[in-house]
Parts: sequence; C-alpha cells; structure tokens
Amino acid sequence: MGKIGVLTVSECVDGALDPISAELLGAARKLADELGQKVATAIIGAGVGDAGKDAIAYGADEVYVADDAKYANYQPESYAAIVEQAAKELGPAIILIGQTSIGRDLAPRVAFKLQTGLSTDCISLKLDANSKRMVMSRPVYGGNAMADMISETDPQMATIRVKSQEALAKDDSRTGEVKTIDADADMKTSFVKKVTEEVAGIKLEDADVVVCGGRGIGSEEGFAPLNDLAKALNGAVGASRPPCDNGWIASTQQIGLTGKIVSPTLYFGIALSGASQHMAGCSGSKNIVAINKDAEANIFNVAHYGVVGDYKKILPALIDKVKELL
Amino acid sequence: MNIVVCCKQVPDPEAPPASFKIDEAANKVAPAPGVNQVISPFDEQAVEAALRIKDDQESTVRVITMGADLVSDVVKKPLAMGADELYLLQDEALVDGDSISTAYALATAIQKIGKYDLIICGRQAADWDKGQTGVGIAEELGIPCVTVAKKIEVADGKVKVERVVADGYEVVEVAPPVVVTVSNELGEPRYATLKGIMAAAKKQPTVMTAADIGADTSKTGKAGAKSKLLKLYIPVREGKCEMIEAEDPAEAGSLLAQKLREAKVL
Repeated sequence: MGKIGVLTVSECVDGALDPISAELLGAARKLADELGQKVATAIIGAGVGDAGKDAIAYGADEVYVADDAKYANYQPESYAAIVEQAAKELGPAIILIGQTSIGRDLAPRVAFKLQTGLSTDCISLKLDANSKRMVMSRPVYGGNAMADMISETDPQMATIRVKSQEALAKDDSRTGEVKTIDADADMKTSFVKKVTEEVAGIKLEDADVVVCGGRGIGSEEGFAPLNDLAKALNGAVGASRPPCDNGWIASTQQIGLTGKIVSPTLYFGIALSGASQHMAGCSGSKNIVAINKDAEANIFNVAHYGVVGDYKKILPALIDKVKELL
Repeated sequence: MNIVVCCKQVPDPEAPPASFKIDEAANKVAPAPGVNQVISPFDEQAVEAALRIKDDQESTVRVITMGADLVSDVVKKPLAMGADELYLLQDEALVDGDSISTAYALATAIQKIGKYDLIICGRQAADWDKGQTGVGIAEELGIPCVTVAKKIEVADGKVKVERVVADGYEVVEVAPPVVVTVSNELGEPRYATLKGIMAAAKKQPTVMTAADIGADTSKTGKAGAKSKLLKLYIPVREGKCEMIEAEDPAEAGSLLAQKLREAKVL
C-alpha cells in the first residue's frame, strides 16, 4: 500500500473512457512513478460500464466510481463535491483534469473549494528535480508566450490540453482496485436539456485531414471548395473564429484556444492569418499547409508547406491533382 | 435586475505576434509600442450580455475593472456602450495576483458595491486565458456559477443559460444571485454610440482601494496567490516552410498535390 500521488478525473462517454482520460493517466503514471507513489482516478457518470477496468489498463492503481442516474449529465455542484471528497480522502499531491467542456468548468470549482493553485490548459508537466514540485507549462497571451507555473499549495492542480499527453498502451494484465465514491451536494444548477449541433461527416477531432478556413473565405459559399477538398481527402472542414462568429460555418467547427483541438496528419490553413489563438488548436498537426494571399501572414511561420495566392484559384487544381494521384 | 460585469484591461490580443516581447528580468510582458490596451474581448461580450437584459427589463449595470495602469478611454468603453456605473479597483495590493486572490478581491468589491442578482464575466481573459475568475467569485460569494454561456435569459425569477459544449450546447436553469461567464458565441458586442461616448465622458468612475472595499490584503494580489510564475518565455519555433512557387495559381495547386504525395503526406 503506497500513498496516492496523483488523482485524475476520468470522463466517460456511453460507458467508455474518453481518450483524454487515458492521456491524463499516462501523464499521471509518469509523475507518480517518479514520486514512487500511486495513481487514482475518479469516474463520474451513469452506466460507466467497464470504464473502471479500462482506467486500470491505462495506468490507474485505484479507481473511484460514482455511477448514478443523477450523474448522466454534467452537474457542476455534484461533480465538484465528488472530486473534493476524493481529494480529501486520498490526499494526493497532484490532481489532473482534462481541459474539456467538463474539465474547464469543474477544475476551478475544486481548486477554490480546496483553496489551492490551479494552472489551466497545460501542455507539459514535469517534476522539479530538487523540490519535487510539479512545473506546469501553459501557453499564455494567445500562445505568443509560455509560462512555467507551480502551485505553492497542495494538491497541485492542473487541467491538461487534449492530445498534449501520450496515453500508455492499454494493458489488460495490469491490476488495481475499483471502489465506489459518493458525496452530497446542494445542486443549485438544474440541467434542462442538451442540444447537439454536430455536423454530418467525420468528427473534426478524429479526422486525419482537416481543411480549415479563416476570415479570408468571406462567406458561407466560400467554403464550397474547402468542402470539396475535404471530401476528396476523406477529411473534415473546420474554421478559425471569424467564420464561426459570422455564421458562415457551424460554431462547433471552430478550431483554436476556445474551440476544438485537432492534431491531424495533414492540416490545411486556408485564408487564415495564423493568429496564435487559432494555432493553439492545430499546432500539434504533423503537416501544416498554408494557402494565403498575404505572403506576410503569420501562418507561413508555422507551416511546413506554403502557397501564396488566391485559394479560389489554387484549390480546384489541387483537388483535381489529388483525385488523379489517389 | 442588479447586474455586475467584471472587465479586464489587456494588451490588444489582435496585435501581430511579431510585436510581442518579454522583459526577462521582470518576468513580464514588455509593453510594445503600437500595441493598444483594450477591454478583454470576452468581457466586452459580458457587457453586451448585461445590456441585452437591460434592453428587455429594468436593470442597473455596474462594471468593475481591477488593474494597474488603467487607461481612462479604454476602461470607460462599457459606459459608452450603455452601462450605468463604473468602479475601478486601483491598488498595488490588489494586482499581480492569481485567480484565487483576484476572485477574492472582486467578490469583496461586489459585496461592497451593493445588491447583485447577476454577475457576468468573460469566460477567460485574453492575456492569461486561465478561465477561473468567474467560478472563483461565485465560490467566494457562495452562489452558483454557469460557465461559457452563449445566451442568458431572465424570466419568472429564474436565469436560463445556454452553455456551449464541444458538440452543441446545454440549457441550464438557476435561481439568482448567480455568476455567468460568457463566450464569443453570444455574438458581437454593440458599438458605442456617439451619445453613449459623450455620456460616458461626463461620468466619473468610482475609484476604490483595498481599504475602501475592506479587503484583507494578506488574501489579495501577490500576497494571496497560491500559484507562482516561475518563468515566462517565448517558445522556440523551427520556422521551416517550403514555399511552392509556380507560374500561376492552378499550377501551384497541382504542384502542391505532387509535393504532398512525394512526401508521403497524401
């Protein structure tokens, strides 16, 4: 029996662990091994199925499950109460939560209840060699700068950017304990309904090719050749913030700091300047192609391949050639 | 409705990345010539959310801005948009804090200012992007908080909020007083009218210190912070972009496809 060094909060969709949960466990495992301590995770939901067992296979030593119909939808006060309870029972040095729709709401609540320092949207974590405190690196000023943060209080809390950490390979031979946890909460916020606005086709986060348009696309119709290119490459279409704000494309397709985080094999940034806030959502892409009229656009500083010119004239020939080659 | 909006002054996030510099000795952002101070964009949307409620029902909109080196024309913008009162928290003891000490100071000021039914903040500030202050104010005041809203409706003594999630939005209901943080999906903030700008010019903000709001300065600013900045730096970028040169755009498109194929990216 060792001490719990790191507690993570796992998210669960339809009885299966969300990828971010495995990424958090991967990061937690590394830190805990260095501390010579154990990893615990809390799973909150309704009908979590084998998620507990899977969490062990991804690196957890102990799993605390709150499985109840009342947790089917995210409810801030009750979710926060459970994580607070787990933190008080287990006394971890570190708590890791995903920078997701749920995590970005949940983590500050827990941090304020525990009166401890939280760094949000971190992309790398390491232990200081001497103090063994966790150094959390996070992009600031829209990605123009990086800040290395520490918390002077325990538990040291961080939310972690999606796809910034490596999950361990799933190992079903790993062993661990699954226990239940619950906590009372004054549920002040009532859930009324959820409205899903996902567009048809491949999900942006899962696509291997992402074709992304910016302010320079100019209209809803302007996205037509981007849709054609995505179709030819079996990819998904996304956008920086201006096209979403202008209603040219559904706001669920926004890529960036406050939108979705993508890391496809191939990313096309078309008629977008490459503002840091946008690049925060796609800089993990393996190959970035930039097409922009403005040779001075920032996107060319981060792209691997660049074409200066009008996308309306470039894309049709690109699509024809792609069809010919594939 | 008594509405309080928290606004932060930040360096213009739309400024070109090349203008961004860091003062390494001070571990701070170096003020760059030509980069203006603005109200953090999500906070402007928070003002807009408040004014939409005021358009619909009898309301008072009070704005609080905390910080150092506040620029009068910048922080007065919410007044020009239509807010009623402006409170400036200006005190060395209150600035340079983390989310916990900032939320404590703002919550203390909100209680000092008076009655509140609805407190609106931007989802995160455009400089440090932490996204914690709204939740923190609610925790300090012991009231609920709904984050990342795209719509706020007040009716029948309830606050109904549409909050943005990855694949759509959730509708939640809560009884006031409540803190709501808003996102860009709320829509464009209104422009200040000429009449609004003239009215704002005549209005004097109420300037307050830590002592004025009765804050315990061991809990504010740097003294009250639990998080510490070790180092601020500009990340190193490789900057290796292969430019596709061609006679005309069509040829460039075709060449690009070939290049990507040769590199086995396609």
